[in-house]
Amino acid sequence: MSATLEVRNLRTHFHTRAGVVKAVDDVSFSVDAGQVLGLVGESGSGKSVTGFSIIGLIDPPGRLAGGSIFYRGQDLAKISEREMRSLRGNRIAMIFQDPMMTLNPVLRIDTQMIETVQAHVNVSKAEARARARDALGMVGIPSPEERLNAYPHQFSGGMRQRVAIAIALLHNPDLLIADEPTTALDMTIQAQILAEVQKLTAEHGTALIWITHDLSVIAGLADRIAVMYAGRVVETGEAADVLDHPVHPYTHGLIGSVPSRNHRGERLRQIPGMTPSLLSLAPGCAFRSRCAHATDACAQEPPVTETSPGHTARCFHPVSS
Amino acid sequence: MIELRGVSKRFGPTYDAAARVTRGIAARFGRPQKSETVHAVDNVSLTVARGEVVGLVGESGCGKSTLGRMVAGIMPPSSGEILFKGRNIATLPPDAAKDAKLKVQMIFQDPYASLNPRLRVADIVGEAPRIHGMIPPGQFDTYLDEQLRRAGLDPAFKRRYPHQFSGGQRQRIGIARALAVQPEFLVCDEAVAALDVSIQAQILNLFMDLRRDLNLTYLFISHDLGVVEHLSDRVLIMYLGRIVESGATEDIFGRANHPYTQALLAEVPRIDARKRHFTAIKGEIPSPIAPPSGCHFHPRCPHAMPRCSEEAPVSREIAPGHHSACHLNDRR
Repeated sequence: MSATLEVRNLRTHFHTRAGVVKAVDDVSFSVDAGQVLGLVGESGSGKSVTGFSIIGLIDPPGRLAGGSIFYRGQDLAKISEREMRSLRGNRIAMIFQDPMMTLNPVLRIDTQMIETVQAHVNVSKAEARARARDALGMVGIPSPEERLNAYPHQFSGGMRQRVAIAIALLHNPDLLIADEPTTALDMTIQAQILAEVQKLTAEHGTALIWITHDLSVIAGLADRIAVMYAGRVVETGEAADVLDHPVHPYTHGLIGSVPSRNHRGERLRQIPGMTPSLLSLAPGCAFRSRCAHATDACAQEPPVTETSPGHTARCFHPVSS
Repeated sequence: MIELRGVSKRFGPTYDAAARVTRGIAARFGRPQKSETVHAVDNVSLTVARGEVVGLVGESGCGKSTLGRMVAGIMPPSSGEILFKGRNIATLPPDAAKDAKLKVQMIFQDPYASLNPRLRVADIVGEAPRIHGMIPPGQFDTYLDEQLRRAGLDPAFKRRYPHQFSGGQRQRIGIARALAVQPEFLVCDEAVAALDVSIQAQILNLFMDLRRDLNLTYLFISHDLGVVEHLSDRVLIMYLGRIVESGATEDIFGRANHPYTQALLAEVPRIDARKRHFTAIKGEIPSPIAPPSGCHFHPRCPHAMPRCSEEAPVSREIAPGHHSACHLNDRR
């Protein structure tokens, strides 16, 4: 079976007055139907811009500078805006971090949902409303019929995120991009959302890209993981491989930074320094200034090497663990 | 070191003269006005011993920040007493109260909002010790450099403004500011929540180093159970203004008693979990304006019985140093 989405050598650059910011620089990965890809990185690593690039929401001064995004064999980087509009919100949907920004505060939920339904299928308003109600019910909103008449501010944060998810699911998308959708939510609510999403990928075979900085969420959710640093994917592989046997020093450091129950009270294995500015990125490995294994070789662009089947890293000195 | 006795904090609307008159008239004609008071913190008692790190865990709206602010002396309690080294801060003479308050400092969540953008780092960190006359004249620069270095900042940057720093460095400025008045007790309110994972690890390590070097005592407020487990000696679990369970970290994470704690622990994402099945505790966090009767957790509790909606459970000791407020414990 071919992958639902295959991203090849994607580059998204922002042409600012201060210079070119290579927010996404040569990123490749693929997601199969029913699979969850965890796209992990810290702020500024380009993980969100990757998501925006796939769904075609890059605004000037940003633009796709190269690479291809194959959705079911069709290159999204080459199709017209009109064709993209027919896919976006229909076959490919996105959930954003802040549900208050996604929903229009002055429109009732039903107006926003019916509009989304009718944008892609030719159905009556009553039929569209029924679909909206079913979608709300599916994400676990109690008494969906009444809640359709509510405004976004009448929902709690968790409920608002459910509405945003319901809108994304209206057309049973083949590909769902979730950009830190639970970061702003409480623990018990986060678990509810994760349970809904998990059910969805299992029942509808939706391919899911879950963008996050939180390795512990990804550990329980993802099939595969791609770790991003300074616009590049530095390591990819099966979730268990990447988490249990990380090969890139950055992944290694990132996992060591997460407090876990086995190391209570000990010092955390911290990564020194901070993420570099993408404006003044020297050629070669972007992590080398913070890396304990760095040598002179790292001033060159490290190649992508396969350390075990399906597990790749972009590093001259992969860590063995 | 710090003791809270039956501390409550209520927030209600303040009425101007006209509103008071109309409410008075309405009440006279037999239309009772509904109460809009939020019981942010409801009759909380706790003690923190010297040198201890106490973690305070709860979800948004449970009152953990309000409790932290009262402990730090930023906000007076509506009722109850806060004792610092056995003395009630509210009844101390002004000079002694000021000294006591200086010994308790707070570190805030948002390193962007908690630093004055118009002040240079030297002024942000140095203002309080200068005003309180803690530094002999002539030694000020040396003192300042030492404070910055201790928080992991290069003193060469002290003429800069906050916007010239990254989030992690700003949090270090906030820490240097708190430490500059030589406190003994630090209240950290979600102090690492806004930081990236690798930066969060650096700040957590800094907190542990400072604790060892300066013999500090912490109240560490967080919603992140992983961070709290890593750092704390003792943990308090808060739900809608009340502390529902407290105990040593091993007891809370190993033998949680309260159904809310158990539910929280079941849901905490762990890096050592693989492709797990997420299950969810039902329902939403209720509004603190109209909390559920009896035990606040009963609408979401899998073990709720009729008594739970009628009577608030009292906290009792179920094992040495391990307290829980749940009616289920009466049956055992």
